[in-house]
This record gives sequence, C-alpha cells and structure tokens, in this order.
Amino acid sequence: MATTVPREELLVEGYTGAHPVDDRPFIRKYIFSTDHKVIGIQFLVMSLFFLLVGGVLAMVIRWQLGFPGRPMPGGGVLPETMAPGGIVLPEFYNSLVTMHGTFMVFFAIMPLLVGVFGNYLIPLKIGAPDMAFPRLNMASLWTAVPAGLLMIAGFFVEGHHASAGWTAYAPLSESPEYSGVSNGQVLWCLSLIIVGLASILGAVNYITTIINMRAPGMTWGRLPMTIWSLFVTSILVLLAIPILSGAVIMLLFDQTIGTTFFKPAGGGQPILWQHLFWFFGHPEVYILILPAFGIVSDVIANGSRKPLFGYKMMVAATVAIAFLGWIVWGHHMFQSGMNPTLGTSFMLSTMLIAVPTAVKVFNWLGTMWLGNIRFHVPMLNAMGFVSMFVIGGLSGLFMASTPVDIYIHDTYFIVAHLHYVLFGGSLFALFAGITFWYPKMFGRMMNATLGKIHFWLTFITYNMVFFPMHALGIGGHMRRIYDPTQYEFLQPLQWINVFITYSAFILFAVQLIFAYNFIASWFNGAKAPDNPWEDNALEWTVASPPPHGNFRTVPVVYRGPYEYSSPEVQEDFLPQTRKLPGDREPDVMPPGLRAET
Amino acid sequence: MGWIMPEGASTYAGDIDRLYYLILVITGVALLIVEVALVAFAIKYRERPGRRAHYTHGNMKAEVVWTAVPTVVVVMIGVLSARVWGDIHRREGPPADAIPVGVMAKQFEWNTTYAGPDGQLGSADDFVTRNELHVPVNRPISVMLEAEDVIHSFFIPAFRVKQDAVPGMHIRIWFEATKPGTYELGCAELCGLGHYRMRGLVTVHEQADYDRWLAQPRAAAETNR
Amino acid sequence: MRVVALGFMLAVAACGGGDAADDAAPGQSAPAAQTGPTGGGSIGGTIAFTGAVRANPAIDMAQEAKCRAKYTSAPMNPIVVVNNGKLGNVFVYVKSGLPAGATYTAPTEPVVLDQDGCLYHPRVFGVMVNQPIEIRNSDPVLHNIKAVPTQNRGFNISQPSEGMKTTRTFNTAEVMVPLECSVHGWMNAHVGVMSHPFFAVSGENGTFEIRNLPAGTYEIEARHETLGTKTMSVTVPADGRATADFSFASTGA
Repeated sequence: MATTVPREELLVEGYTGAHPVDDRPFIRKYIFSTDHKVIGIQFLVMSLFFLLVGGVLAMVIRWQLGFPGRPMPGGGVLPETMAPGGIVLPEFYNSLVTMHGTFMVFFAIMPLLVGVFGNYLIPLKIGAPDMAFPRLNMASLWTAVPAGLLMIAGFFVEGHHASAGWTAYAPLSESPEYSGVSNGQVLWCLSLIIVGLASILGAVNYITTIINMRAPGMTWGRLPMTIWSLFVTSILVLLAIPILSGAVIMLLFDQTIGTTFFKPAGGGQPILWQHLFWFFGHPEVYILILPAFGIVSDVIANGSRKPLFGYKMMVAATVAIAFLGWIVWGHHMFQSGMNPTLGTSFMLSTMLIAVPTAVKVFNWLGTMWLGNIRFHVPMLNAMGFVSMFVIGGLSGLFMASTPVDIYIHDTYFIVAHLHYVLFGGSLFALFAGITFWYPKMFGRMMNATLGKIHFWLTFITYNMVFFPMHALGIGGHMRRIYDPTQYEFLQPLQWINVFITYSAFILFAVQLIFAYNFIASWFNGAKAPDNPWEDNALEWTVASPPPHGNFRTVPVVYRGPYEYSSPEVQEDFLPQTRKLPGDREPDVMPPGLRAET
Repeated sequence: MGWIMPEGASTYAGDIDRLYYLILVITGVALLIVEVALVAFAIKYRERPGRRAHYTHGNMKAEVVWTAVPTVVVVMIGVLSARVWGDIHRREGPPADAIPVGVMAKQFEWNTTYAGPDGQLGSADDFVTRNELHVPVNRPISVMLEAEDVIHSFFIPAFRVKQDAVPGMHIRIWFEATKPGTYELGCAELCGLGHYRMRGLVTVHEQADYDRWLAQPRAAAETNR
Repeated sequence: MRVVALGFMLAVAACGGGDAADDAAPGQSAPAAQTGPTGGGSIGGTIAFTGAVRANPAIDMAQEAKCRAKYTSAPMNPIVVVNNGKLGNVFVYVKSGLPAGATYTAPTEPVVLDQDGCLYHPRVFGVMVNQPIEIRNSDPVLHNIKAVPTQNRGFNISQPSEGMKTTRTFNTAEVMVPLECSVHGWMNAHVGVMSHPFFAVSGENGTFEIRNLPAGTYEIEARHETLGTKTMSVTVPADGRATADFSFASTGA
C-alpha cells in the first residue's frame, strides 16, 4: 500500500461533507445560497429566461425578413418608437439583431455552458463538497442577474437600445449622431462590464477548485472531459474577459467623457476596436464551444457504453484549440482594411485550428464505433451536436480562405456558419447536458418521449431554418439588412427568407415542448434513481438530488471516468469510486481515509 | 448552390469561385464521411441484448492519420488561397493603367468622384455621381475608398469585391469588369438605420460608350452636401 | 452585493432624467389659449434680394427613381428662392421687446412637415415650444429625419414606407434647428423653435406678416439658411401695422 501523504488543501476549513439535516433558512437555501448546486440551478433558470428573450427577438427579426414592412401580428403593442402600427422600424430592427446576439452570447449560451455546468458539475465530478470560494460563487450569480436586468432596461430608455450589432463596431456604436442611440449603448457597455466581472469571479473559482479540491485518486488523467473543458475554458475566460472589459470601458469613455480611442476625428482608430473586440471575441467563440465538446464527450461515451476514444488526444486537442484560439482573431477582419499580408498569416493559423477540431470529431466517431449505443435523449442530442457541429466547422473553412471570404464576409453564409456552431453545436450540447443531468439536478426524470419528439422536431426544423441561409449567403445576401427586397439581385431569393421565417416559427414553437417537459417534470417527473444512465462519474454515486455538501465521506477514485464495458466487471459500467481487487489506493490520501475505512 | 451565386463579372471572380468550389468539394466529402459514419454506426452498433461494446481506449495510428490528413488538406487550401489573395491585394498596388475613382461612403450614400476628361483626380474637371459608378469594360479600376462618418463596406457581388470603408483611412482596391451591363453595389457593414438601402448601381460600359458618358456636359462637381 | 446594487442605481440614474423630445404627445398640451399679451398690431414686409442670382444646385436623383418620377425636369435644391428680386424661405421673428415674463401656450394643432419628392415641404418653418410637428412621408422610399439641435434633445427617426406619420416636439426655444435626411444628402429643412407665436416665413413672393402683436418696440431678426441674418428695430402702434423690409445680398461672385 502506498504511503499516505496528507493533502492540507483537502482539509481547509475541515471537510464538512453532506449534511444529514439541512437547516438553512429559506433565503440562504434558495436565494442567497452558497451551495454550488443551487447556484448552478439559479444560473440555469436565469439563462433559460434569456434564451427565451433572445428567441423572441429572433422571431421578430424573422418576421421582418420574411415579410418586410408588413405589420407584425401583435406588434401593435410595441411603442411607436419601435414598431408604429406593428411595422418594425429599421432602427428597431438594428436593435433587435444587436440584442439577439448580445443576449444569446453573454446571457444565454455562456452562462448555460459555464455558469450552469461549471457550477453544478465541477465539485460533484471531482469529488469536492463545494467550490473553493462559495461566497465568490454566489457573488458571481448575483452580479450576473443585475447585469441582465440592466441589459433589458436598455429597451425602455429614451432613444433605442444599442443598435450597432453585438460586435458594436466603432465609431457607429459610440456616435449618437450617427446611430441615434445614446443611453441604450451606455447601458449595453455597463451591463457587459458587470457580467464580465461575474464571469471572471466564476473562472477564478473553477480554476482554483479544479486544481486544489480533486478527491484522492482524481488525477489529471482521470478527469472527465467536461471538467477538462471547463478548466481550459475558465483559463480562456480569465484571460479574454478583461480584454473585452477594457475595450468596452474605452468605448464607454469615448461616449461619455469625450475620449477618442476609436474616433478618427480625435486621432483614434476604428480598427483598434475590432482588434480588441476580436482578440477577446475569438477566444470567446471557444468559450462558447469547448464546454459543449466536454459535455458531448461524456454523453457519447456513456451512450456508446464504450471508453472515450483517444482521451489524451481529446485533452490535447482541447488545449490546442484554446492556444490557437488566441492567434486567429484577424480572420474576422480580412476585409476591414487590415494589412493584407496579415490576412495571409491569420488565414494559415485559422486553417490549422481545423485540425484539432477534426481530431475531436473523429474521436467521437471512434467512440461510437463498435459501441453498444443506447439512444437515450441526451445521446440523441449529442449525436445531433456532432452531425451539426461538423457543418459549422467545415463551413468555417470557406471564410478562413481569404479570397472566398471577400465574397462571403458579412453575408448570410456567416450567419449560417455561426448558428451551426452556436445552435447546432452549443445548443444541442446544452440539450444533451440538461437532459443528462436533469435527474441529478432535480431528482426527477424528464419525459423521454417528449424529449425524443423535441429532439427530432428541433433537428429537422433547425436545419430548415439555418441550412438555407448558406444559399442566401452564396447569393450575396448581406447580414443585418432590414429589407432584402431593396436589392434586385436578392428579390429572386426572397422565397427562401419566407421559408426560413415559417420554419423559424415552428422551431420556436417546438422549444415550448422542451419548456413544458422541463417545468412539468420538475413537479411530476418520475423519481430519479441515483444513477439513471449507469454512468461512471462521481456525481452518480450520490443521491438525486445530492444533499448539501455532496459526499458523506471523501470519495476515493480508482480509475478514469470512461471504463464502460470493461472486461473486469459483469456490468457494462465501472464507477470511478468502485474498488476492485488489485486497485491501488491513491498516493494522495487524507488522514483517516485509509482503505480500511 | 452554384446556380444561386451571381454570375462573376470581373477578372478575379473566376479565381475566387474556383477556390469556393474546391473547398465545397473538399468539405462536401468530409461532411459525407462524418455523416455516413455517424448514421452507419448508429444503426450498426445500436444496443441489442447480449451485445457488449468493444473495450478500447483508442488507436494511435488512427489518431496520426486523422491529424495528418486534415493538416495536409487545410495547408493546401491555405497555400492556394494565399496565391489568389496575393493576386488581388497586389503588393505593388493596382495595375499602372488603372482608371482612378474616388468613393466616399456616408450615411447612406455612395458618392463617386471621377477624374473627368483629364484623367486626374483632384483637378477642376472632377465630378461626382450619387449612388452610381460608371466604369469601362476590360480596364482596371482603382478605387480609393473613404468613409465620412462610420464604417461602410463596398460590396459588388458580381465582381466578388468587398472592402470596408473606414473613417480616417484611405483604402485602395482595384477590380476589372469583364462584362458590360449594370450590377448592384451594396453596403455590407451595418452602418445605421439606412444600411439596408445604401444601394448603388454599377454600370459597365463598352469603351466608346464610356467615353461618350464621360464627355457628357455636366455642371461643375456637385456633391450632395 | 452592495456594490452591484449601487452600480445598478448609478446606471439607472445616468439614463433617467431624459425628458424626451417625444414625451409630449399631441393633444396633451392645453388648448390654444395664449396667456401672454397679444394685440391687434402687426409687422409686415418684403425681403429683397440683390446681386446675381445663381442657379440652385441640381439634385442627382437618378438612383431614387420613385422620387425622380415626381419631377418633369431635373430637380433643383431650393436653397435660395428668388422671384422678381424677392427672397423666400426667410425666417422672421421677434427677437426681443416682448414684456418680460410673458409666456405663451403652444397651439395643439401640429405643424405638418411633409417629405415629398425627396424634398422637405416646407423647407423653412417655425413652431412654438412643445407644439407638435407632424412629420409625414409621402414618398414610397425610406426617409430618416435627423434633428441636430444645440439647445434641444436631438432625434433621428426613420419612416421606411409611404404614409407614415411621426410626431415630435422641441421643448426649448432655438433658432434654427437643422433637420436632415441621411439617406438623401441634399434634404435639409430648418425649423425655428419659438417661445412665442410672433414669427413668420417669407413666401415665394418674399413677403411676410407677423400678426397679433401688442403695441411696442421690437427687435426683429430675419434669418436665411445660407445668406445670414439681419436685424431691425420696429415700433408697432396699437392695432396698427409696422413695415420691416429686409434686403439680402448674393454671396456669389
């Protein structure tokens, strides 16, 4: 038996473990809770709300694009400054596209992936009682919520909400004389600075927790991919968000105290904003997709009942993507007036990032190869992720090629690409993740039939909405245009817009199935067993939902999380904590946790 | 999707389109491989009673193959693209015999300045048209792009031309139209409420026709300000 | 938490307090009862134009076919309107001389600003503070109306289709507030925002008439968008008419 080396980190503040009786008052238990699981669920509720907000905005956008200038049914309730008589105004349309992007990126997808799964899964999957800094964790949530409210408040101030796109290109974004927007853009800036703070607080916490609070035996080589992805993502968040905050503060100063960082009239450079924004923005893209990679890796291994194919390559690919993600930002700026020679070098680094991405896709396929695949709802969504993300990844090659990008830059081809990555990718991964961990979170099973109906209808209508956008882009359809029929060469393509609009309405309606399943199962779902998916990871060894403090005793880990169909056991899964004869105790063991306990 | 793309009408449209179709074929094959494998595996390896998944943690040979092959392919695309990119953004600038034209983008108009009969921009016989660009066929045109207020993007789909016009910057691009006719010019960078109708017409004339148009009597340079 | 809440309140405070130019909808203001002193006097006159009459600039409307179709000949931008040596579109108003503290209530009926044939009609006009301006689009094309005031809160609104109407007001006196359309660079209008009803715009024949003035001595100013301003002191007898003729000279060589 290995010698026992006490790890003080594990015993900071004493290992509390699961509380048999939870006597916290209501407000400490459900509102200002420091329990990572409650905070995770709070983030879930918050970001699903913003997902809905972003979705509603998208529906208004689709109405206008399908039927430009026609009064929108029910649009009469909107004020005259947005849609007089239900007719969406161009300036309101610009606010819609701006806020759809802003809400989806910063208040829906990012908190869903990082806030929800980071909070909920990290301590459970590494065998810790909670986060390293529980109060910081609570502060992160309660910083994000007011930031979201501030962002919503922008719709109600004088003038319009921010309307220079979610990328807020200066000088349009900072010049009320050209945009007609003043207060809305200021609120946008303040909200992003605050929500950035929330992300930084979360990232610090995740990194510290993963480094210091892993259970005995949970070596780096035994970490589930979800945790690896969240770890790498947190590093990206920690490094990227301050850049955004800095850039947004400069933008805010330009608007409010008369600096001219991005205004040529005062010697500033509009392109500087783009460099700063995309220097943050491209790592941000990976912040929005790496956790999805992790979730999908875990779900596919579970669904295939097979060890994850090429675990080490998967980790290496994650790290490679995160690294390369820092040197490709210029591919958003090929036509910006940036030196064309720089364009060539950014093209080559961008091309290279396709390699680790391809490695991931092939490893997922490798995992399914010779598997014994269970098509549970999370697995369906994870497979949906693979098939759709591939389209988003491959379409990226078109815009990576600088000459082709001349033509398709700022067209609907880009819109199609980014939605294949963020909807086909991130959102399907989120459906996989939510349906996979729902039983653990709420102690109830979601209705599988409704889950399958939701998956298939979403999969079909999603493609009906976004695939034709490639065609629009190839037809030359510019992004963010209020009325495409103004261009003669786009008039023959208008039927595609109409088709997309009808499909989008169906897609939106289909999400109500998910919403119903989510809410109804919370109250009436079948009681969830501890390990409904017969998974190996640590969170499935505790009750559903886990008690405050998670584990009764410090769990001890004997192997990686992907030992499915191992020849060593009868069942086709082998939990990380199950000790088989011959398993060595981990080298690192806290006192009192020897094998005999 | 090719049928939907506006017919190319400039000298480098063909190069860009060929690259596009090359990438379309490569990505099409890759997509087919992945989707077919996904569906085939889903059918072939679905859960059946008594079956057990093959216990393996991976295969280094496979990893090497699917790292190396994509690397070679994307580097090849990159090299081919770099060549076309270099032909368009020539280090030595637009061809020497190019006709100079100034384009000033503003909310929400394209004001084009022509050199007039003397062929020199910045002289007394310069004149301006609004939302119109007239060029002769088979002659390189050198466009000096400027913006007055915010960023706009000069986009002529049929010529495969797109370049941001940035306030405070003077960006020179060039193109050579190959087919007489009229083509649409649009703004591709969100520039405010009128972005969607910042539209102009590009007329490509036969040389004789262009000379006639150029010699038309017109008032002294008159911008719309 | 406290820091967050404080930041939130600050932000709200920063954005509040915008008594918007569009707050006062038509019909909300009081009936057109003038509270300040009025009378039976009036000031009338003619604006003369001296010097060479240069042709107004032609408008390149070729790429706005639906507006161009409203003209039989090449449209001109009516910046300097001269007929028989008389100058139109001059804004004439009482600059000072009204009793101190006199306040006048704005009429509720709106002043109509029409956009027709990609030009503003009228090009020069006056309104009272808080008097509604009804902006109409009679063209089947997008117009936006961008007000660039110095004393008032600006606005920039769009009317993408024919028949749209939007009402705006200004809440501070300002001569003149420029209005422009960013879609059509040539479109300009000028509005004089007055705290009293004693203003007029010279017609095509160059004449103007300011009515209902109480007796007194006033300084009146005439302002043209490109030719500058002229002032004059005028004494109005009770129920009588005073004459104020102005003359503007051509700036052209």
